[in-house]
Amino acid sequence: MCLAIPGKLISITGQLDETFRKGKVSFGGITKEVNLSMVPDAQPGDYVLVHVGVAIGKVDEEEAMKTFEYLKMMGEVDEITDTEKKEE
Amino acid sequence: MKYLSEYRDPELVKQYLEEIHKITTRPWKIMEICGGQTHGLVKNGIIDMLPEKITMVHGPGCPVCVTPVSIIDEAVYLAKKPNVIICSFGDMLRVPGSQKSLLEAKAEGADVRILYSPLEAVQLAQENPEKEVVFFAVGFETTAPANALSIVHADKTDTRNYSILASHVLVPPAMEAILGDEENQIDAFLAAGHVCTIMGMEEYYPVVEKYKTPVVITGFEPVDLLQGILMAVQQLEKGEYKLENQYTRYVQREGNRMAKQTMEEVFDVSDRMWRGIGTIPQSGYEVNEKYRQYNSRVKFNLDLPVAPENPECISGDIMKGLKKPVQCPNFGTKCKPEHPLGAPMVSSEGACAAYYHYSDKK
Ligand code: SF4
Repeated sequence: MCLAIPGKLISITGQLDETFRKGKVSFGGITKEVNLSMVPDAQPGDYVLVHVGVAIGKVDEEEAMKTFEYLKMMGEVDEITDTEKKEE
Repeated sequence: MKYLSEYRDPELVKQYLEEIHKITTRPWKIMEICGGQTHGLVKNGIIDMLPEKITMVHGPGCPVCVTPVSIIDEAVYLAKKPNVIICSFGDMLRVPGSQKSLLEAKAEGADVRILYSPLEAVQLAQENPEKEVVFFAVGFETTAPANALSIVHADKTDTRNYSILASHVLVPPAMEAILGDEENQIDAFLAAGHVCTIMGMEEYYPVVEKYKTPVVITGFEPVDLLQGILMAVQQLEKGEYKLENQYTRYVQREGNRMAKQTMEEVFDVSDRMWRGIGTIPQSGYEVNEKYRQYNSRVKFNLDLPVAPENPECISGDIMKGLKKPVQCPNFGTKCKPEHPLGAPMVSSEGACAAYYHYSDKK
């Protein structure tokens, strides 16, 4: 459950107040809504590290790719794909 | 796909392994704190490739595993209330309490749901204003900011039918409890990378100094783990002790400021009972006075008797590094992932389940 998965911030989808922002993040093509409150300077195009629906840090693109491919290879991204199935 | 090569690259893995074999002259016990690292070490077969002299000890770094029976009992008690929806991360449902697990409560009709994020629980509360929604908030410093954020968000949106049952644990006090134990045999630590993404590095310096023990902040991929182990062994062989950061690409010295602020806003540091270890002073987070109406323990006046741990489970000895899962008489017989006796068999990040699924050393 402590897994954090990097993904690409596609767009900002909501801003409730100064700090509470939401955005769409793509994890290898699967998009999910993610809270951006902890990464105030993240902009679309940036890569963020996401844990339980909250972005906890920015990552550079190359690192993000490596980590994501590793997680995929290990079958560890089900957390995201499973919830996606549930939502369908 | 070019990025893949580095991690799949057997060359790099081989180089680190060779270097570790070359420099190791004495027996060392190195503890990885994080359950994700335990999972990685066992699943990738790394523990079997290390020199005989190096023993990896699997620490208490799986929040599911260290949640005590008494907090599971609180969750089950709340689940049985007619107007309550209780939700948590999937693994929590199967952890046995003194009477039953949340999954068994669900089978008996309780409204228990698996969610991916605590923020979904706030939304669930907004959609069900006639119900009380309780989020069973487990986690280390990596997860605590999200749980704190859910309370801030509930408060801002006036979602009064939301509360959390907090079961947060903190890494540095656990390390101190292990190092301060008179039976302690741990020579060095791999600290949990993502915990430090949030908290930064500062709080580990005092631990290193006080116990003269090397600590290497480490990631969870095979190359990270091997590099972290190598850095620890280098220090040990030279008789040094310092804090080093292997995981620089995800860990900055100061951590995530916003995340730390959010936790400070909502939580107080409190004593916490750890399954298999006992109470460790100042080792957890509880919802503070300001946000008390979002604390399930206050809202529902929780005051249950503290249930004893299952005496058949030796998870305490395993997390202290005194025994390996395979040395538990119940391992793979009375205790399996389908019917766990203790929490380390429940979550795939628990040491017992990791050995059960992946290790040849069954
Ligand atoms: S094998 Fe089961 S009973 Fe033994 S320590 Fe692990 S969880 Fe506890």
